[in-house]
Amino acid sequence: MSDDLSKQLIDEFIVESYEGLDRYEGEILKLEDGSSDEETLNKIFRVIHTIKGTAGCLGLPKIENIAHTGENLLSLIRDGELNVSKDMITPLLELSDAIKSFLQDLETSGVEGTTRHTELVEKLEALQSISQDSEDEDDRSEEVYGLFDDDSETTSSVDEEAPASGGEEPSETATGDSELPVASRKPESSVANSSIRVAVDHLDRVMNMVGELVLARNQIVANVEQLDPTALLTASQRLNIITTELQEGVMKTRMQPIGSVWATFPRVVRDISSELGKKVRLVMDGQSTELDRTVIEAIKDPLIHIIRNSIDHGIEKPEARRQAGKPEEGLLSLRAFHEGGQVNIEIMDDGAGIDVERVKAKAIDQGMISPERVARLSEREAVNLIFLPGLSSAKKVSNVSGRGVGMDVVRTNVEKAGGSIDLQTQRGQGATIRIKIPLTLAIIPALIVTSGGNRFAIPQVSLLELVRLEGEQAKSGIEMLYGAPIHRLRGQILPLAYLKKTLRIDNNDTEETEDEVINIIVLEADGKQFGLVVDQINDTEEIVVKPLSKQLKDIKAFAGATIMGDGKVALIIDVLGYAEHANVISETSDHSIVQEENVAEGFSKERESMLIFNAGGNRRMAIPLSLAARLEEFPKDRLERAGTQEVVQYRDQIMPLIRVSEYIDCEEPSRDEDSDVLQVVVYSENGRSVGLVVDCINDIVEVAISVQRDSASQGILGSAVIQEKVTDLLDVPDVVRRADPNFYSPSAA
Amino acid sequence: MDQPIQFCTFYVDGLFFGVNVLKVQEVLNEQDMTPVPLASKEVCGLINLRGQIVTAIDLRQRLDLDRNELQEPPMNVVVHTEDGIFSLLVDEIGDVIEPDEATFENPPETLEGVARELVAGVYKLEDRLLLILDTEKAVLIGNSSGANREASISA
Repeated sequence: MSDDLSKQLIDEFIVESYEGLDRYEGEILKLEDGSSDEETLNKIFRVIHTIKGTAGCLGLPKIENIAHTGENLLSLIRDGELNVSKDMITPLLELSDAIKSFLQDLETSGVEGTTRHTELVEKLEALQSISQDSEDEDDRSEEVYGLFDDDSETTSSVDEEAPASGGEEPSETATGDSELPVASRKPESSVANSSIRVAVDHLDRVMNMVGELVLARNQIVANVEQLDPTALLTASQRLNIITTELQEGVMKTRMQPIGSVWATFPRVVRDISSELGKKVRLVMDGQSTELDRTVIEAIKDPLIHIIRNSIDHGIEKPEARRQAGKPEEGLLSLRAFHEGGQVNIEIMDDGAGIDVERVKAKAIDQGMISPERVARLSEREAVNLIFLPGLSSAKKVSNVSGRGVGMDVVRTNVEKAGGSIDLQTQRGQGATIRIKIPLTLAIIPALIVTSGGNRFAIPQVSLLELVRLEGEQAKSGIEMLYGAPIHRLRGQILPLAYLKKTLRIDNNDTEETEDEVINIIVLEADGKQFGLVVDQINDTEEIVVKPLSKQLKDIKAFAGATIMGDGKVALIIDVLGYAEHANVISETSDHSIVQEENVAEGFSKERESMLIFNAGGNRRMAIPLSLAARLEEFPKDRLERAGTQEVVQYRDQIMPLIRVSEYIDCEEPSRDEDSDVLQVVVYSENGRSVGLVVDCINDIVEVAISVQRDSASQGILGSAVIQEKVTDLLDVPDVVRRADPNFYSPSAA
Repeated sequence: MDQPIQFCTFYVDGLFFGVNVLKVQEVLNEQDMTPVPLASKEVCGLINLRGQIVTAIDLRQRLDLDRNELQEPPMNVVVHTEDGIFSLLVDEIGDVIEPDEATFENPPETLEGVARELVAGVYKLEDRLLLILDTEKAVLIGNSSGANREASISA
């Protein structure tokens, strides 16, 4: 009989043992850092004891033996015969590894495997023998078994022949008999991953909703026959509500706390940090944040990799930390929380941070990016270069990381799971990696668009904004740059792709410029933006993602298909794949280089510090910082008059004030009535000073400005884009001259 | 053979084809079709088969046959294959027939082109020939290989 039964028991044993060992490691680590209590030892002991007992019942002698050896040691510790010492921790953790490796063999091949772990057994026995002289060790451990035997008996009662047949294709059932039909993404998913635990009361709730769903269906079926529109309307509303609830309910059964993955991290951190001779404290926050099982599995490896990187090249050695005035123990903090329908995971360390210059240099060295382009990257963009394939900023390759095959894989994996990743760092202060990931992959919010008579769904995650150009704008809004259409979006060049053209669904060859309205969807893929031009933007909807048949897999532009409300099929656009197909991504970089270089040759100045202020209503203006001698604030009551001129006493001189808003074209008057102080930029020339009254001082930035000439306006040199905003450059000498024609004349005393 | 095989028959550009009935899930009238841009020409589009998205393959294209405008809208023969469910677009549906095993012959050597690949054999019926379509091969299109069976997005 019972091939099935024994397979099932072994599968259960594997799942439970993995869970137990995760707990076991956690408790052992508590022992190590001294946060253990009485229960800790009991818990540790219980895990190993259960494994030993069950393995014995199932006829798995190797697991039983090694667990037995470990148990002997643990029983001595628990009974106070032995004190926990530092050298015990590592063998005890290795015990967990050994059992896990047996479990893995058992799972893949159906037998326990041949690894002997003799060294470990010897080590464990040696640790016991320390206390040999005081007690007869064998007796003691026998006695302990006696105590615990009864509970292992209840765990499993198997008939004699079951163990023998355990060897046959256990992995088949592993994937076949899972409790829920979870479409697993990885064919290699193990037994432990193919089943999930769901609270019974939650299942009851789902069942309840299914009951209501059946009622709603009955209602609708009955009403359709009677053709009663109002009753049908109510019934369909009910159906709507129930479906939503049911969707949430079923989703929830797939949800798991992220803590289930994090449970293994303390061990990982411990192993890596001790290997590297560093001290690291791991703080975890938000373990109960729930997300879809498949998503959890997808981000597990990337997370481990990031942690490894943080410890290896983030956190410094204790001596270095002391010298830098930081506590010897580095801090690695993991935080998970929900935000805007997404799960955010932050990995933060207080280590050395990332040397941006070195990342840049490395990227240039390895020919991944041109030096000209690097020079224009913002700090943040530059740091994110580490996600490029093949780039490692570590000076030397270590066992743990630095081979440069890491962060790009991390990013690919995160993006595969529909997420995004971002890195921020501050030299000497540490680095923070932020991962945003959707709750689930099966149902996603998407924007539905129409092009060439077909509907397409675009996942909301990649969507940045929608731009609509009408009338005149539609004609002038799209420019051609070496044959590639672009749009200027707030001064930035946005390459465009026409959905119709790129997908070759353009039925009639009408020039797109003749269209009355142009809809641009601004999308982001691979950290770069591009605009997608579509005929029509319909609506946002939650769509159910369905895979395409393999004949269509080669088309990278599509991620799948979905069924719309009217029963028709719509294709889901894979934004990254599409961008590559339409060549917008690679062109982006090329064109922006071309564009920027044109600017550089043409009219750009050196990088210069600019003072940004508001004047004349909310007009944003700037002057070179070199023109401002000082920035001052004067209370209104210090304002005096000399003739018609407003003046203040400033450094034993009478300084005339010029209200900037009166000398430039502006519609609104200055609003200085609101405040009691005047914001004044002091401008000095030939020992004479004049105060320029502005509304407020905003910022000082260092930028390379390209001035676009605009002579129409008085007192304005021109306009430039600073901090992504159009900013007028004030012509200070012109304003001063008009206010005080004698200011520049040398004769004036 | 112990049991005679039954064939679901249909016409494509005047040719009389048959597919083992056990492979056929259902036969449908014309369905709403969503075209797939960039796909190879044999792929006619996607249809919604009770919540399942099924790829429809135009047999005329697949068999390199004449693409004259059809008088009647095409019919869907939905078949099971190792790669899942597909719909084959055909001109007209015939009966389910049970030909005599003795009349089976391998495809003649002179058969050329795609027909050579896709026709698994011929039954010599009294009034005409019944070409047996190899559905597994019929749904293999372009450079897709059996290696990548895994769904890129699992729903």
